[in-house]
This record gives sequence, C-alpha cells and structure tokens, in this order.
Amino acid sequence: MTHAAAAVSYVYLLLTGLAFWSPALFWLAVVLGGGYLSRMLHPWAGLVFAASVLLMYRRWRGDMRATPEDRAWRAAMGHYVRNDDARVPPAGRFNYGQKVLFWVMFLGGMALLASGLVMWFVADLSEWRTLLYAATLMHVVAALLTIGGFIVHVYMGVAVVPGGVSAILHGEVTEDWARTHHPLWRRERP
Amino acid sequence: MSLELARVSASGSPAPGVRVEATLTKLVDTTTCIGCKACEVACQEWNDLPPEQTVQSGTYQTLPATTASFWNLIKFAEHEDEAGDFRWLMRKDQCMHCAEPGCLIACPAPGAIVQYTNGIVDFQQDNCIGCGYCITGCPFDVPKFSASTGRVYKCTMCSDRAAVGLQPACVKACPTSCLQFGTKEQMLGAANARVEQLQASGFAQAAVYDPPGVGGTSVITVLAHGDRPELYGLPRDPQVPAAVQLWKGPLKWLGNAAMVGGLAAAAIHYIRFGRKAHAEPPVRKDGSS
Repeated sequence: MTHAAAAVSYVYLLLTGLAFWSPALFWLAVVLGGGYLSRMLHPWAGLVFAASVLLMYRRWRGDMRATPEDRAWRAAMGHYVRNDDARVPPAGRFNYGQKVLFWVMFLGGMALLASGLVMWFVADLSEWRTLLYAATLMHVVAALLTIGGFIVHVYMGVAVVPGGVSAILHGEVTEDWARTHHPLWRRERP
Repeated sequence: MSLELARVSASGSPAPGVRVEATLTKLVDTTTCIGCKACEVACQEWNDLPPEQTVQSGTYQTLPATTASFWNLIKFAEHEDEAGDFRWLMRKDQCMHCAEPGCLIACPAPGAIVQYTNGIVDFQQDNCIGCGYCITGCPFDVPKFSASTGRVYKCTMCSDRAAVGLQPACVKACPTSCLQFGTKEQMLGAANARVEQLQASGFAQAAVYDPPGVGGTSVITVLAHGDRPELYGLPRDPQVPAAVQLWKGPLKWLGNAAMVGGLAAAAIHYIRFGRKAHAEPPVRKDGSS
C-alpha cells in the first residue's frame, strides 16, 4: 500500500513536474487535465508522496543501515551490473544498491518537500528572494536525483530482476527467490 | 500600433510578430510628483478594478504594496537629507516592463506572459497556471497572486489603450506632467533634459533609472538622488536572477541530457545484459509460475 501510494503519487509528480520543467513537455499537463489543474494538484500529490516516503523510512530505516557485507557487495557491483551474479557476495534483505536507492529517494523526497513548500507559498514569501532562489534550484536538483533513482529502480524491478513485478504487486516473494537474491535475509530473520 | 508578439513565455517556436515598432516608454519624474494619486485612481477606473481597502500605516501611502487588483501605487519614502530637511521621495511602484523580463523567462505556461513588439510585457491570465514562478523571476517583486482566481496580475501599461494610440490612463490623469509617454528615445531625451536641470539646481547626483541589468525598462524614472535608488525602494542593480538564468539555461540542458542519458543507459543495459538469470523460475505460493 505504501509503495503503491508512493509510486502513483511519484509518477503524477514526475509527469506534471516535467510539464512545468520544459515547454516541450507541457503537453503532459494538457493530457492530465490542463496546466491549471496540474499546478493545483502537484503540491497535494507531493504531500502524499512525502507521507509515504516517511512511512517507508519508519518501516525500513533499520534494514537500510549500511552493514559490513555491503562493502564487499559494493566492490563487486560491476559483476552485479553485468548479471555475473555468481561473483556477487550474498546480500541481506536489501542489497547495497537498494539501500542507496532508498536513501536517494528519502533524502531527495525530503528536499523536494522542503523546497516545494516554499514554492507553494511563493506569493507570501516574495520578499525572501534568496530563499525563493535556493528553493527553486533545490527542487530541480533533488527532482533530477530522484528521477535518476526512479529510472534505475523501475528498470531493475520490471526488466532485470525476475519476479520483481510479482513482488511489487503481492508484497511477498517466494523462499526460493529470496534464497537466490537475498541469501542473508533468511539468516537475519530465522 | 499593434499588439504583435515579440516574445512568448514557454514557447520553443519563434514569436509571430514581424512588425518593427518603436519601444513605448513611460517617464516618471519623481521630482515633480506631488503625491496626488490621480494616477492610482485613473488606473483603477480604466482597468475596472474593484476598490481596494486602504491600509493606514502612518503615511499618506494608500497601501503597503501593490496587489492583484491594485497595480499602480505611489510609494511615499520618507527621507531626511544632509541638512536635516524632511522630504518625501515619491516613486511610482508598478511593472517596469523590462526588455529582458525575468517573469517571462521563468514562466512555464505557454503564452501566459508575452512581450509585444512595442516592448510592453503583458500577462495573459487565461493561460496562467498560477505557479508563481514569475514572482521568483521578477527582481522588482511586481507580479501579485490573486487568491480568488489563482492567477497573477500586474500593470498592463494600458496595452489596450496603447494598441489604439492612446497614452496609459495614469499618464492621462497626471496633473503635473510628472508622467509622460512616448517612444523610448523621446522619453530618454526628456529625462536627460530634466536631469540636467536638476543638476544645475543643486541635485548633482540626479540620474535616470533605466537599469541595464534587465536590458533597460519601458518605465524610466528620474531620481533626484540617482546615486541611491534604494532610498526610493528601487534595487540598485536589478538583474534577471542568476538562479533563474541557471535554471532555465545550463541546468535545463544538463537535466535533459541526464534524463535522456539515464533512459538510454537502461536500454543499452537491457540489450547488452538483459534479465538476470534465476536458478529456477520464481514460483508463487499457489504453485503457478
């Protein structure tokens, strides 16, 4: 549920945000009900996304701490990328790449929330020039970082890792799958 | 006379205007302003703007700042000169109609902000999405958000009057000719002549305020204390904000390249390496594959 809320709100934020980012993509806002509506709903969708990211943070922050195994995994990341998985050290519930993604999305999401709130209330903050400039640039940079994470995340989940889509939809994986991809997980939670 | 478009916000295609027109300019001579506010009334009248509740803040100034339905405000800055004499430094707070408009550069909504071939910068509220980027883009803090319509408003330089060869309502109403209207060339001529007069009568620092950081403006102001525009509440060297230029310039291309590059990298990875192998295909609990 949390992941679904984050996914739906993020995709809406991405599409409307891209419409505001570039005139060449403004048609996205037109398709989604017009620029005015997109502008009106974007901040609310942002609150939904921020809330779901905070829920994930509460649930997973323990699992997302870096562990000694992560160092070995990071060193072998080239093998993982080349699908040479036999040479990748075993991972726990979340491998190092997933942990990095989580922190990119969490920190990026919080930066987007903070800067987005300033941009939402720009009319009341018009005398705080430096704050407006900083928020605008921060929103752009944080959005681009999360878009990078989003591309990798969706590509991995849908196209690279077998069973990824099923895990997203059902919220569970088979034991066999877990043993292959996250062998240390079983050991963590006997 | 026309309202052909020389620039259109958030538009990748060239603006349609082909006519070559003189830049129209309003001259504000702050040294002959008597603070009568006829211009404020004329602006409200001509533009059919609803009356705005005045705010008593201990000065003669009508409101603390312009609003979404009050586009022309005479600011009464109080100044004590070196001799200890009190003076009002009156200034006309309104859209400056920059040649390089920060609002238009920042605007993401196609056609919500336009610049005519005559230099007037105008908001087209029917295209406005209410994001307020123009507020961030304007170095003079001019665009004002209307909570009731969710869109942004400002002085139009009476573009409807200019289109038929009339001067703006405020200029028409000014009793001291402290407001004048004509081509930029004419107005700069009149402004410089006035500056010379002022310098000859003891205001050595008198100057014309026509800030080059925004490409010059179509509202130029004669200031007796031209060396200290901030006394009048005017920024010393207004620019299209560096953050906005970065955002709409290099950062945009960098971001586009990164996003396209990310998608391309995923596609190449899929072609080169494809899906991860799995010892056995994952099996769901119910046994189906």
